[in-house]
This record gives sequence, C-alpha cells and structure tokens, in this order.
Amino acid sequence: MQMYATELMGAETYDDSGNFVGRIREFFIEPAEQASRVSHFLLSRGRFPPLLARHDQVAAIAPGTMRLNCSERLLELYSPNEAWLAVRKDLLDQQIIDTKGRKVVRVNDVDLTEQQNEKNVELRLTQVDVGLPGAVRRLLQGVVSPALIRKLQSKLPQRTIRWEFVNLVEPDPLRRVKLRISHEKLEDLHPADLAEIIEELSTAERHGIIASLDEETAGAVLAELDKRLTTQIVEKLDPEKAAEILEEMSPDDAAHLLAQLSKETSEELLDEMPGMEAEEVRELLAFDPSSAGGLMNPDFIFVGEQSTRDEVLQWMRSQDLNLDRLDTVVLLDNAAHYSGSVPTSRLLLASPDQPVAEMRTEPLLSVPSDADESDVFELFDKYNLRTLTVVDAENRPIGIIAVDDVVSRLVQK
Amino acid sequence: MNWAQISERVEGLKARGSDLQSRLRSLRRRLTLLLAVVGPGLITSNVDNDAGGISVYTQAGAQYGYALLWSLIPMTIALYVTEEMCARMGVVTGKGLSDLIREEFGFRPTFFVMVCGFFVDLANVVAEFAGVAASMQIFGVSKYIAVPIAAVVVWVLVLRGNYRQVEIVFLAACLLYLSYVFSAIFAKPDWLEAARHTVIPTLHFDSSYLVMLTGLIGTTIAPWQFFYLQASFVEKKVSPRQYPQARADVLLGSISCMAIVFFIIVCTAATLYASGQRNITDAAEAAKALIPLAGRWAGVLFGFGLLNASLFAASILPLSTAHVICEGLGFEAGIDHKFKEAPIFYWLYTILIAVGAGIVLLPHAPLWKILIFSQVGNGIWLPVVVIFILLLVNRRALMGEYVNTLTFNIIAWVTAIAMIVLTLVLTYTTIFPRTISTP
Repeated sequence: MQMYATELMGAETYDDSGNFVGRIREFFIEPAEQASRVSHFLLSRGRFPPLLARHDQVAAIAPGTMRLNCSERLLELYSPNEAWLAVRKDLLDQQIIDTKGRKVVRVNDVDLTEQQNEKNVELRLTQVDVGLPGAVRRLLQGVVSPALIRKLQSKLPQRTIRWEFVNLVEPDPLRRVKLRISHEKLEDLHPADLAEIIEELSTAERHGIIASLDEETAGAVLAELDKRLTTQIVEKLDPEKAAEILEEMSPDDAAHLLAQLSKETSEELLDEMPGMEAEEVRELLAFDPSSAGGLMNPDFIFVGEQSTRDEVLQWMRSQDLNLDRLDTVVLLDNAAHYSGSVPTSRLLLASPDQPVAEMRTEPLLSVPSDADESDVFELFDKYNLRTLTVVDAENRPIGIIAVDDVVSRLVQK
Repeated sequence: MNWAQISERVEGLKARGSDLQSRLRSLRRRLTLLLAVVGPGLITSNVDNDAGGISVYTQAGAQYGYALLWSLIPMTIALYVTEEMCARMGVVTGKGLSDLIREEFGFRPTFFVMVCGFFVDLANVVAEFAGVAASMQIFGVSKYIAVPIAAVVVWVLVLRGNYRQVEIVFLAACLLYLSYVFSAIFAKPDWLEAARHTVIPTLHFDSSYLVMLTGLIGTTIAPWQFFYLQASFVEKKVSPRQYPQARADVLLGSISCMAIVFFIIVCTAATLYASGQRNITDAAEAAKALIPLAGRWAGVLFGFGLLNASLFAASILPLSTAHVICEGLGFEAGIDHKFKEAPIFYWLYTILIAVGAGIVLLPHAPLWKILIFSQVGNGIWLPVVVIFILLLVNRRALMGEYVNTLTFNIIAWVTAIAMIVLTLVLTYTTIFPRTISTP
C-alpha cells in the first residue's frame, strides 16, 4: 500500500504483546546499506529516552499505528548517527535537485510503499512529493480525517519525483560521504542546466557541489555561471583544485574567469597551473577584454594552404582535438601568414585530393587583436560568420572568435 | 628660513601629499566595493516611508510640532538592528527569510506566516493605491484615471524588467524623496529648534501624545520589509565577504529613511503646527494646507513626494509578497519564469494589484478604515516576524560564526520587546480609540 511520511509521523507503536511503546517521530535510511529502505524508526516516549525500532522488528505498519514483532525490551536506545538520512530533518521542507526535471524543488512529503517479507514489513521510499497534494496533507494532517485528505488530494494535480532521480544537497563534505551522496547524476546534466540549478542553491550548497564535481564538469559549469557567483566560488576553493578546474576549461573561459578575480588570487592560481596552459591564459589576459584579443580562443586548427582535403582529414584524425573547436580550419602560407579559412562543412563535401586552398571562404577576413569588439560584432553580422580569425601585427593567426563567444558577449550587454 | 628648512618643509608636504593620495586611493577602492553591494538596504528603508507612514509623520508634525523629533534617533537604531539581522542572514545563508522559516520550522508555521502575510500585505497595497489617489487629487486628477493607470504601470514595469534594471529605477525613486527636503526648506522652519528637539527628548504623558509616538514607530518598521530586504541581498548574490558593505548599506538606508521623516515632520511643524492647523488627518490634506502657508512649491513637492512614495511601495509590495509566498510554499517564483511555469506566482501578483487598486476605486471606499486596518495588521504581524528572525539568526547550525553576539542579542531583544509592546499599544488604541482619548 502507498503511504506518506506525514501520515505515519506520530503513529502509535505497540510491541508483540500489545503494549504501547511510543510514537514514531522520525524515519532513518541507511544509504550505506540500502538506498531506499527505511532502516530505523525513532520512537519517542515522552519523558523517557527515545528508542529505535529496526526494520526487521516491524510486523505491520499503517497510517496511525505500527506493530512490532518483538518485545519492547529488545529495542535499542536511540543515539544520533550522522550516516543515517533522517526523513523529517534532512528531507521534508528541504531543497533537492530533480535530476530528471533539471531543477531545484522543495520536498512537501515523502511517499513510501510497504514490502511484505517472511517475518517483517519493510518500508521503501519510492518518490518525493513536491506538489499540492503533499502540501495539503502537511497542512491538514490531524486536523481533518485522513479519508477526507485522501479524497481531497486525489483531485489535485500530482507532482512527484522518483527517488532515484532525487539528488540530495548536503553542504558538509564529511556528511556527504557518510550519506553516500554522489554527484554522478549531476555530471550527466548539461553544464548550462547544472549552472542554473546551482544558482538557486545557498552559498554553502553551491560550494559543496562544485567542490565535488569532476574538474571537467566543474570547469564547464563555472563558465556558464553568473559572474558574481563564479568569483565567490573560485576564491573559496582550494587553490590546487581551482587550478585543476581552470586547466580543464578552454583558455578563453579561464582567462575571463581569472580577469574577474583579484590580482593576487589570479596570480596564485596561474602559478598552480601547468606551464603551457598558464602561459596561454596569461597571453590572453594581456588583451583588453573588450577587444578581439579578449574574445578569441587560442585553440584552433591550422594547416598549410597546399595540403589536400585528405591530408588534412588524416592529420585531424591523428590528433586529440577538441570537438567544440572543429568548426574552422585556418590556412597558412609558406611564411606562416594567414591566408584564409575553410569551414569543416566544406571539407566534408570536397573530393579527396582537392587542395584546401580552393575551399577557402571569400572574402578573406580577419581582425587585428586590438580591434574593438563592436567591429567584430559588425563583421559577424555583415558576413553571417560562424568564426573569425584574429591575427597579430605580422598577419599571423593567433586565435579564433566563434559565434557563441559573440552571442554570450552580446547577451551580457 | 634657510634652505634646509625649506627643503624639509617641501619633503613634509610631499609626504603628506602622497599619504593623502594613498588614502584617497583606499577610499576610492572602498567606495567601489560599497557601490557593488549598495541598493537593497537603501531601497528597503526608503520604501518604508510609504503612504501610511507619510500620513502619520504629517500628523505628528502638525499636532506636536518638533516635540516628537527626538524619537527618530532610537527609531533609527531599532530599524538598523532589525534590518541588519535580515541582511546578515541573507548574505550568510544565501536564502530568503521564508525559505529559512520553512526549512527550520516546517510546513505549518510557514503556511501560517504566508497566509497572514498575504492579507496584511494586501491591506498595505490598498493603502499605497489610496496614497496614489490622494496625491493625484492634489493635482486635480480623478482617482478613476490615476489609480488604473498606476496599477497597469506597476504591473508592466515590474514584469518587464530584471532585478538590475528594477533596482536602478528604485534607487532613482529613493532620490525623489529629496522633494521633502525642499518642501521643508520652503517652509522656513526654525532649524535650531528642530535640532534641539532631535537631541533632547520632550516627554509628555498625555495619552494622545503616546498614541502618536507608538504610531510613528509602528508605521516606520513594517514586517514585510524584512522579507524584501533579505530576498534582495540573496538575489543580488552578495557573498559573506561583502558583509561589511551590506551592513553599511543597511545603515545608510536606516539613516536616510529617518532623515526624510525628519524633514517631513519639520515641514509640517513649521507650517501647520505653527499656524494652528493641528487636526490634519492625512498627507494629501497637508499638502493642500501647505500651499497658502509656504507657497505653491512646498505643497506641490509635498504631494509629489507622496505620489512617489505610494507608487514606489506599490511596485515593490505585490512582487515581494508573491515571491515570498511562492518560495516558502515551494511554488515556482520569479519574473524570469513564464506565466505557464509559475502560474501561482503570477496570479498572486496580479490579484494583489487588481484587488488593491480595485478597492480604492469603489465609489465610497472606506479608505481611512483600510489605512488603519493596514497599520493594525502591521502592528500585530511585526512581533511574529521579528521573533522568527531572532530565533533564526541565533541558530549556529545556520549562521556559524555570524550568530548574534551577546551584546547584539541584548540590544535586539530589547528593541524587539519595545517594538512589540509599542505596536500592541498602537493596535489596541486604533481598535478602541475611545478608551485612551478620555484624559
């Protein structure tokens, strides 16, 4: 039968010989054992110390009453345990992340279902209620009859989340380990969705989540997050961890982030990063943020203009390239000067030994690194560009601006 | 003077100059840090000088002249102490007041707080629209034109903007309160006398003086402002490191709020009280009475101040209320959501404005009674909210090192108890006016 935590709170409990023991005050789940089974019931007994009933000591449970299959004397005294998840304290009224619906919600009630074993009855947590029925139940429980509540709630729209899609938010890292809270499910979300979720949480919860994500996801999330939060989070992270996250980010995102930090912090983090990456980011930081150099990404693909399509493709396959940056191939002439660019879509349709030089887009466009960002936006608009190459004073390509960089800069304005 | 002396002087001056320069630089740095945070405290405290408040300040000045000015200093402290706790909670926990009540006290207390809050706030919204109606009547605009336009403007303005834009509009509205400063200057008051009464308390023990005193306090500190203040700091994503700046913002807000009250009382004291027109019942009437006494501009500015205050509060109150209720009860909230995603939020918001403006438009609307009801509501409601705040801010699990210190707790509880006693007295005397008015 389907039951709700609210209906069971306060249930009168009797032992095997029918003696009154106490009232249920709390349910505990032991995630280290089983993720959804109610492992212990806290029984309060007025002025006497509270007792604990284990799951295998329960004979029957229904709204309002619970029967044990043993004597009261066999129950142990209650002592708090950090490794147990308390339904009332840790779940009810708290915020959780709905990994399927990709948002933060507040728990109104918890749905439980009973499972009949040989000698005992187990309760399993099936879903959390975040909608009106749960709210109505919380409000009216004990005020009007349970039958009336059930009738009322059946008319209301349901909003529940299955327990396996629930991601708890626990800011304390030690408790998180004890409760076996992993953020694997969060890592599967799109970084932009995850960033939106994190923005809704409290300061401590945000830090908790970012610190426990893998560096790659954390980096992608930081790049999407509200700027004011990014600086707060990075400043609070362990510098080593922060440097690892920065290393996983694309150099332009890393540079944007570092530019918002204080000089000392940003220097400290750069020192923690490996030489190559740090150097790249340092070079980007030297550009004015509102210039073409401040917009570009120095990660790009360049080939000699005499190569053929197949040579280029073979070379690209042999490299470990970042897929996000595969939009354009930049061409160089013999003196390593910029001589044009080829969209990868053109490579797809060309014949195997066609020289890439024939595929380059007309007109030949590039911007100097000190060009103002408004000039860049104008070029993108005028020529419907997807990428634009940035060159230095000697006309050597030093980076690429992609349309997504332009869009996010324009949205920020 | 010999050369050595001269060069010594020059060196000294140079050192002073560079010292000054570095001090200026650090001042500028601190100012930038402050400006990044400033807003919520300033806005909240100023919204507090709403239509109901201005009416009471007007009466205080008209009936007692400068005699009540001394109460402004203790009131500034009370306002600061209570607001600071909310600012601290918002900054430290990153959560709104209704969120915290829900998480720490459970569903039923939250529901109770939200339902009561809704009705008290609704009464306040009606009072704000009544303020719009009254101030526009000074300018000869019928309420049947002014109020619907105001309602639509408020509804659209807030729904179209994001927090940053709205904050800028609101900060500009704060500046418009300065119209009361000019009104006061036009009234040519006796500044020395006003200053003396601000510092030296004048105590009368007749009952109507006490009623006016409690009225002043009751309207200055409104319960809904705590929810709004905390939510603004959360929304602005102010971090615990910026807490000193947040505190400065709250202090700035409390002082500027009280400064405006000072000028309103001074203005009416210098004119209405001095000329014997002591039975003024509301701000609009006062604005009209000011014209023959202090000139057209004093009256117009006074009326304009009332319009600004009413519109300002009418834009913030419904939004804040809808937000707080939805957050506490777990519904989607916020103007970033579409109507379909957050229907309850938008309905609450719309109902508050429509009903608020609608009641004012009823042909024989008992506006005076509604104004009283909103003040009584605030009075009964304030103690409950302040006690919740004090309980929350003292939870170490929530606030960590930022819990109240003992000294602060003593000040806060004394303030709270004084406020509770005074507002209960005010509530009692508004409901049963006869029992007090017989000397």
